[in-house]
Amino acid sequence: MKRREFIELSAQGMGGLLIYSLTGRPVVANAHEGKVRVPLRFFTEKEAKVVVAACERIFPANESGPGATQAGVVVYIDHQLAGPYGTDKYRYTQPPFDESAPGYGYQGKENPQEIYRAGVQKLGDDFTELDGPKQDARLKAIEHTYFFRLLRQHTIEGMFCDPMHGGNANLIGWQLLGYPGPQMSYREQIGKYNGVPYRIKPQSLEQILGYPIHPWEDEEKG
Amino acid sequence: MQTLAPVDVVIVGSGWSGMIMGKEIASRTPLSVLVLEKGGGFRGLAAYGREMDEVDTFIRKRQAESPANGLVTTRASSRARANPIRQYGDFPWVGCGMGGSSDHWGATSPRFMPEAFEIATHLKRLHGASKLPPNNLIQDYGITWTDIEPYYTQAEEMMGTSGKAGNLNGKKIEGGNIFEGPRSREYPNPPHPMLYAPQLFAKAAKELGYHPFPMPSSTLSQSYTNPDGISRIGCQYCGHCSLFGCMVGAKASPNFTLLPIALTKKGFSVRTHCNVRRVVHKGAKAVGVIYVDDSGTEYMQPADAVVLAAWTFNNARLLMLSGIGEQYDPMTGKGTLGKNATYAVHVGLEFFLDRPQNIFMGSGGMATAIGDFGGDLGDEGAAEGALRGGLIFCYTQGDPPVISAFGVIPDGEVKQNWGGEWKNAAVKWSDRYGTFLSTENHFPYRQNYLDLDPNYKDKWGDPLLRVTMDWTDAERKQAAFISRKQVEIAKIMGAIAINPRPVPSATSGPPLMVNNHSHGGAIMGASPASSVVNPYLQHWNIHNLWVVGGSALPQGEEHLTLTVAALAYRAADAFINVYLKQPGALA
Ligand code: SF4
Repeated sequence: MKRREFIELSAQGMGGLLIYSLTGRPVVANAHEGKVRVPLRFFTEKEAKVVVAACERIFPANESGPGATQAGVVVYIDHQLAGPYGTDKYRYTQPPFDESAPGYGYQGKENPQEIYRAGVQKLGDDFTELDGPKQDARLKAIEHTYFFRLLRQHTIEGMFCDPMHGGNANLIGWQLLGYPGPQMSYREQIGKYNGVPYRIKPQSLEQILGYPIHPWEDEEKG
Repeated sequence: MQTLAPVDVVIVGSGWSGMIMGKEIASRTPLSVLVLEKGGGFRGLAAYGREMDEVDTFIRKRQAESPANGLVTTRASSRARANPIRQYGDFPWVGCGMGGSSDHWGATSPRFMPEAFEIATHLKRLHGASKLPPNNLIQDYGITWTDIEPYYTQAEEMMGTSGKAGNLNGKKIEGGNIFEGPRSREYPNPPHPMLYAPQLFAKAAKELGYHPFPMPSSTLSQSYTNPDGISRIGCQYCGHCSLFGCMVGAKASPNFTLLPIALTKKGFSVRTHCNVRRVVHKGAKAVGVIYVDDSGTEYMQPADAVVLAAWTFNNARLLMLSGIGEQYDPMTGKGTLGKNATYAVHVGLEFFLDRPQNIFMGSGGMATAIGDFGGDLGDEGAAEGALRGGLIFCYTQGDPPVISAFGVIPDGEVKQNWGGEWKNAAVKWSDRYGTFLSTENHFPYRQNYLDLDPNYKDKWGDPLLRVTMDWTDAERKQAAFISRKQVEIAKIMGAIAINPRPVPSATSGPPLMVNNHSHGGAIMGASPASSVVNPYLQHWNIHNLWVVGGSALPQGEEHLTLTVAALAYRAADAFINVYLKQPGALA
């Protein structure tokens, strides 16, 4: 049996309290000490660490707010890859595969799990030990690949997804943008905030609905 | 193969077309009507609340047809080899399950311009045939505005379309689209409120002498009871509209406005998870359909009449697979099945403002439009080879609001699309932009057509449909013209920055020119020499076969759903009032 792998993430992102400011700028107020151990579904610990580092270069924590590590983007990607998406359950996979024709998007044979496995390996085991500019140079070198396109897209998804998918921890991504979550109604507000920000404390879909829900990747394993 | 108990009418597909036919026939006749839907059943309003999740619904498209089953193959020219659509993301989506795409559309609901139905005659009169683009197959529908207007009204009242009339019985009304064809009635519901940027758009458009109006939308602006007695509450502006089912039932869907009525009729029934593979015919008569269920078991469903109301391109494909009609050949120009395949010329831009827009609020189809370039482009257009346009409209709702709306930045502001600098810009602009779009007339051409793919097959082993399509100079000129007009308005609106896209298609271009705005393949017309179905959508050769939907439109146009619904009502009337009394050719 496969040994259970974990990734250790800073509790600051995963469990720390974020104070919500009306300008949409989140401030980490009460970062807990210590780490959270998150069990991995697809990645090995080594792979997960490379992905954490790469996503942080794509969407870094900086002066405009928190980044991919704090949002737990790696957990989102890990869950997606372990679900039906990761094994192409819903992709058209009949041959022949013709990757030479331009304009079609990805036409290859490999599924997202395979693309990540190879892509992460290519970034190098030592990726996590490099400094920022050196990591950027390695990412720059693969910028044209489908793996990078996926990594970038999944980083954005993991930043701003509903937290049930594993990313957007503490709704950190939604606070960054001032997005209130999937609220059921703006009928009272519509037409009343002309050029004026409407910013409320965001809520997850589960909080809004008031009953437990499960994402697709949990209902249907890949 | 098991042969099932016969029904009077079998309908393939449960979108607007199939359900309008089904509900009308089941309500007005004693016939037994069976709707076959290849996806699952209606999941209910609560499920739609649960599905307000951008990852599962909008990005992975859990509720849409699975690409794994086989969608279509596409190519830009008949010299190229076609590749299959392998995944969503590069390609919009096709609906699946009760209601089809009509259950999670954007609900944008303008009517076509009145001359659209006689466009060949109109353009030849206006410009002369020699001024029309080379190799065009532009043709009339075989009906006129007067034929379709009552059915537009019927469709709007059933859906509860919200809007403002601009031409009521010939009287022009400012505030509505004064260029529209004469309407017999005002919209059943008032327009939605205008959001901030669309207000700026309206002001700028007026300054330029144009005539802004609220885009008609089939999401309810208020509580409404339709003529069939169906009551629904007004839109909540939840921002999860296009591609989502509506969790309060405010967005018109066959599941809300037609299914509940049809289900009360004794003769009506629905069977889900039934994928129709063939229309069975003996000589000039359809005798039923063969379908396969999810387990792969095949059934023969005998019927006295067959209505094809599947996705636009699946209507054409089912005819091809069934060997009904002559396949169009672009070399000889012979055959009618698969010809006049069109898309819509999408031209858009993004504009940036210094104020937040709250892009997470709003509903699909909520926009402000001008109709000044919605039809003929006048002498100015003709001088540069741009003949027909489309509505230009402005909206701000991200729809969906967050992941897919993220990352819109003024062109050239950052050097790469990742990293700190990019993130700062993307965050800064995330709620400070809006979009213009035009969904314009797309002419049919000799070289743009549909046939069966020789290489790729669906889950059940049937060939996929192959779409061969590319833009021509005419669309490029049209896009350049419309884009220029869009930029003019955006500048006056006070946009800080503008990303113009003066080329056709803001969504997908060749070789992926296919989506839920696709038209044609089994077109209507006045003569069997140039069309597959007659002006009542009855097949020219097989009189108990009706082919209803976007497949009937001979040209690419403005948002097509309302017109498709109106044509379905007209077909239902012809079927019930004329055909049933004397089965035979109606034209
Ligand atoms: S925006 Fe309105 S019509 Fe659309 S899904 Fe939300 S409530 Fe329904």
